[in-house]
Amino acid sequence: MRSLKRSGLAGAAVLLAASAALAGCADDSENDGGGSAGGTAPGDGKAECEGMTEWGDLTGRDVTVYTSIVAPEDQPHIDSWKVFEDCTGADVKYEGSKEFEAQLQVRVQAGNPPDIAYIPQPGLLQTLVGTGKVVEAPEGVSENVDEFFGEDWKGYGSVDDTFYAAPLGANVKSFVWYSPKMFADNGWEIPETWDDMMALTEEIAQAGDIKPWCAGIESGEATGWPATDWLEDVLLRTGGPDVYDQWVNHEIPFNDDAVVEGLDTVGEILKNEDYVNGGIGDVKSIATTPFQEGGLPILDGECALHRMASFYAANWPEGTDVSQNGDAFAFYLPPIGDEFGSPVLGGGEFVAAFSDAPEVQAFQTFLSSDTWANEKAKATPGGGWVSANTGLEISNLSSPIDQLSAEIFQDPDAVFRFDGSDQMPGAVGAGSFWTEMTAWIAQGQSTEDSLTKIEESWED
Amino acid sequence: MTVIPEEKSVEAIVAQESVAATAKRGLTSPWASLAAVVIAVLWTIPTFGLLVTSFRPESEITRSGWWTTLWNWDFTLDNYDEVLNGSTTNLATYFLNSVVITIPSVLIPISIATMAAYAFAWMKFPGRDFLFVAIFALQIVPIQVTMIPLLKLYVQPPFNLQPLAGSDAPGGGLYTIWLSHAIFALPLAIYLLHNFMSQIPGELIESARVDGAGHVQIFTKIMLPLMAPAIAAFGIFQFLWVWNDLLVALVFGSNPEIAPLTVRLAELSGTRGQDWYLLSAGAFVSLVVPLVVFLALQRYFVRGLLAGSVKG
Repeated sequence: MRSLKRSGLAGAAVLLAASAALAGCADDSENDGGGSAGGTAPGDGKAECEGMTEWGDLTGRDVTVYTSIVAPEDQPHIDSWKVFEDCTGADVKYEGSKEFEAQLQVRVQAGNPPDIAYIPQPGLLQTLVGTGKVVEAPEGVSENVDEFFGEDWKGYGSVDDTFYAAPLGANVKSFVWYSPKMFADNGWEIPETWDDMMALTEEIAQAGDIKPWCAGIESGEATGWPATDWLEDVLLRTGGPDVYDQWVNHEIPFNDDAVVEGLDTVGEILKNEDYVNGGIGDVKSIATTPFQEGGLPILDGECALHRMASFYAANWPEGTDVSQNGDAFAFYLPPIGDEFGSPVLGGGEFVAAFSDAPEVQAFQTFLSSDTWANEKAKATPGGGWVSANTGLEISNLSSPIDQLSAEIFQDPDAVFRFDGSDQMPGAVGAGSFWTEMTAWIAQGQSTEDSLTKIEESWED
Repeated sequence: MTVIPEEKSVEAIVAQESVAATAKRGLTSPWASLAAVVIAVLWTIPTFGLLVTSFRPESEITRSGWWTTLWNWDFTLDNYDEVLNGSTTNLATYFLNSVVITIPSVLIPISIATMAAYAFAWMKFPGRDFLFVAIFALQIVPIQVTMIPLLKLYVQPPFNLQPLAGSDAPGGGLYTIWLSHAIFALPLAIYLLHNFMSQIPGELIESARVDGAGHVQIFTKIMLPLMAPAIAAFGIFQFLWVWNDLLVALVFGSNPEIAPLTVRLAELSGTRGQDWYLLSAGAFVSLVVPLVVFLALQRYFVRGLLAGSVKG
């Protein structure tokens, strides 16, 4: 027993010594929120560094960026910051993860947030602002957003009228993919109105060689999301942006007559055995086809039209010519009537900051500027990126589809609306909305039943 | 040789047949063998399909099933090339990170657990049984529940200790991963090794005491050699668990420079899943190391599984 006591004491002594050593290492972290870091920025006086030097010398300071964008799309982002790093001396550290949405919340709750996070959904931004850890956007960012982005975009980066997050990248969801070569061979014209599009659909179906539309909504646990985009896109056209906003914010019931009309309009295409599912099968095959493969029959000449977002460009197999006269391209999903202008459904990321250190504010301001948008465009030679920043020179974008997207964003008549399911509560926007739309297609569930079930799942 | 003596010898064998032999004969009937083969083949088909898929070009993977290779012979190594060299960070870096994470995460819990198991089995001190039950009960706590509180402790430790996580974490944040794996492994490790250790006959320890050996000598000279199979078995368990772990690495390793192989594989399919055709090749790359470890050490597996659990 005596030896035991001695070893116990020795253990305690070791523990004490270790903790003392560790405590000695802990330094009081410097807390200089906002303002300048002092000194002169390395790039002071250089023309390309305009607007980046006012925070002083940021050499040796790190900015950590956490995003949902992973390889290979991460490298263009990292390259686009080179000017910033050279001008300010700060070091930007990038981390992308596909588990971003869950991990970000873990890190924020544990008190270990990144300096900057690219948030792909306004709904997630609201949740994070609710934790009280998100820092309000500095003045410079707000001014940049006023100058370069539409008011609708600023609204999506705000929570309760406080502006937190500047928009970053964007994508257009109101696209119909088609094969320009197939259209040219058959003498088909790109439809300018919804009626033209339906007439073309009927013409292709009548010819009897192929079914005009193809679609796929399978996406693992997120199965159904492409169908929600269909409804949102069409509702923007049949009901208009105001009804759309009320619907997204649950000011009208989910199964409002306007929404029923919208979904029935979608059903005229997606639930018509004569129109779908070109090159794949019948209506039900839409539910079992992975969304990545939904448009591929276009390349085989077995399908003519595929409604999918601009990012579908990455899904065409290597070697596919994606351009105005190539194997695949997209046209803007035409409006229904001219009452509501040209509605554009889209998505994008927002830059939220969890720190107000000078290097973070400097980086935030840089990201919201036209300088960054153009740097990013130049750093993305393979295409697949676009921003709603109106300071973006369209000629800097390399791929034709990105150029078309940017033109749509910069069109003064365009009425932009963010993907609605991304703004709804998770139980609806990432739950019943997906599953009921899948049932609507796979089980032939009626429009009213589907919408009513979603309405019932929405608890305010 | 004629047929008749052969029959006689068979009869003689049948007459002497033991119970074990009956069981053996019953189990080795041709029908049982056939069933075993059929099941084995059925079970292997998906893995085989995955292997075939991993060698097919992207355009074929996305448009047709792997069985079409029977009449459509088209193979490529592009997928493996993309998996191994496609990222801006070399795959070897992730591989090295996995090794650097795994080895301490295996050694730390083993060394602590063997000592703790010795204390629980062969030292008498007040509250021993209570402590042992408490440690055993800790196994019930799911690790998902502990993650946020644990991360909070790392970020803001009490008594002004050095924070182990956060932007300027020491060792790039590796300490948090090692510690977390050790913490999650210890209850089971102590329990398994304790049960094994308590089976060692008490006379052995008594005689060592009589010869004047202290606890340290008994532990190092008698216990460790006898414990080798159990330690090896637990080591394999822990190795496979840590090597295949994604969750702990994601939550506690917030620095991309120390990301292990599993993190890279999880990102393989691309931001919007457009590169999912790479997953089959990625699966086989990640499979290699655990497979080698398992095949090399599998005999310890069974031995270690039987140690501790049943007779304890």
